[in-house]
Amino acid sequence: MKSYRKYMTSKIVWYVLTFVVALFLNFLLPRLIPGNPVSTIVSKITSGMADTNSIKRVYETFEKEFGLNKPIWEQFLIYVSNLLHGNMGTSFGQYPRKVTDILASSIVWTIGLQLPAIIVSWILGNVLGVLAAYIKKGFDKVLFPVFLFISCIPSFGFAIVLVWLFAVALKIAPASGGYAFDMIPSPTLSFFLSVLQHYQLPFWSIVLVGIGGQSLGMREMSIYELNADYVKYCRLLGLKDSKIVRYVFKNAVLPQITGLALSLGTMVGGALITEIVFSYPGLGSVLFNAIAAQDFPLISGCTLLITTGVLIANFVIDIVYGLIDPRIKVAQQE
Amino acid sequence: MKNNFSIIFKSSKFRLGFIIFALLLLSVIIFPIVNKEDPLKMNYTMFQNPGPNLPLGADNFGRNELVELIAGGKTSLIIGILAGGIATGVGLILGLFGGYIGGLVDDVLSSITNIFLVIPSFIILVLISVSISSRSYLTTALVIGFTSWPWTARAVRAQTISLRNRDHVNLAKVSGYSIPKIIATEILPYIASYVGMAFILQVASGILSEATISMLGLGPQNTVTLGLMLNWATMYEAHMSGAWWAFVPPVLMIALITFSLNLMNTGLDQIFNPQIRS
Repeated sequence: MKSYRKYMTSKIVWYVLTFVVALFLNFLLPRLIPGNPVSTIVSKITSGMADTNSIKRVYETFEKEFGLNKPIWEQFLIYVSNLLHGNMGTSFGQYPRKVTDILASSIVWTIGLQLPAIIVSWILGNVLGVLAAYIKKGFDKVLFPVFLFISCIPSFGFAIVLVWLFAVALKIAPASGGYAFDMIPSPTLSFFLSVLQHYQLPFWSIVLVGIGGQSLGMREMSIYELNADYVKYCRLLGLKDSKIVRYVFKNAVLPQITGLALSLGTMVGGALITEIVFSYPGLGSVLFNAIAAQDFPLISGCTLLITTGVLIANFVIDIVYGLIDPRIKVAQQE
Repeated sequence: MKNNFSIIFKSSKFRLGFIIFALLLLSVIIFPIVNKEDPLKMNYTMFQNPGPNLPLGADNFGRNELVELIAGGKTSLIIGILAGGIATGVGLILGLFGGYIGGLVDDVLSSITNIFLVIPSFIILVLISVSISSRSYLTTALVIGFTSWPWTARAVRAQTISLRNRDHVNLAKVSGYSIPKIIATEILPYIASYVGMAFILQVASGILSEATISMLGLGPQNTVTLGLMLNWATMYEAHMSGAWWAFVPPVLMIALITFSLNLMNTGLDQIFNPQIRS
């Protein structure tokens, strides 16, 4: 247990450091816009406004929030202390709504869509991967290219095709939104059913593409394991094939957990874009609209939230991995 | 060298991937020579149906979809190859030097690599693209390239460390060769096949990154790419008006390019990693 605590501590230190770097990038990169960012931004959002008073008010709001005319490190401290107070600034595009309010209402949708989709695709992909490696002949020959091809389709591209097929051509699923447009979110059965109905297409377009990618990695790991000596030994002992496959699965799935951690960022990115295709009320759509409106505080809020989410997920995977993989404990004791 | 190529082509997966990729490459090179129509010219009506003169119909701006697809495929390929080249180059240099020199240099380099492995490159891509107000396809390629190297750096570092204490490397060290020379002549040749594979994968992920960033409205300007075509099709709701020709071809094109690249990579992997041969 002592070794595990050491493993945990080093992981925590790393993640805190990574988070600080992410925070700094999030702060610095949008400020690299040449010239005074506030006047650039304000001239962009007020280009349609005629009222000088409101332009001045917008300018002052952002001047205060950005803490300009101060050295960059002081601006960074202001930024961090604002964040600690739960203040991510005011949205340009949806002025005067607070960024935190917009994010709070959309993150539920994103987590609700992506977490189950990623977990389901990971499980299904791994089971199919080990089967493909085990059955080999025919199954492997046909399934492998099919999986590879599916994993190469970007999930948002897959999403457009699914909407066209199932919502427009066959009319069996709703095309967009998180729930029927004439409904107000409430804890009723009809609202829940509507959400479930709108959930299908975005969910499956993320899952199917994910299955392709995960099963390929699992197939490779399983082939490697199937060639190992212990498999031959088990065969000689006359163990049932189903039992051997279970052992192989256990051994091959461990690296797949790290694989999931590493591919998480890309998967989340793809899934966020998928939301745009469905106008799903999550972070992806918020980010898309914020970019279209040049809404810098909202963009920055979205990117920070997404990064934090991916970091937390990675951290959880690392901790779980440390708990279940005996090799990590051994490595720590050396 | 000739022998190497014949071994590679023995893999049916590599062969198939190579044929598909070569056909795609030839078509984006030859087609514009034969058909000189400007891909950005709006000659037709919005979402005009496919017909004899218009095999894939027209997009939302009334442009010839087929001409656009070829031009977009070409730009996307250039972006992918350029971004893949940069990412592989940066990753290779950091991985080789960190892995070979070790000590403090390695600690610093691998800390940076590990940090950027966890921060989604997609996010950094968004943050940088938002800050650059005018983006050509070259800018997009540069930004993608400089955000996607950590994978390669980590893998190259691991391979370099496993080679560092081999006899032939020690011999070169004793002979008084300089560090860059040892890396170039004693280590690089041993990981060349791996680097080639990593480059292929980086090209594929570069093309996907372009599509992702373009879908967000942060793609290159004044050009056509496969990602931009998808972005326009989504913004103008081609799928809602049943104009499948506006989005199915670019989706298939992206899938085919990355599929052929991945297939080549798998083929190479089976040749250079005998353990995973099925």
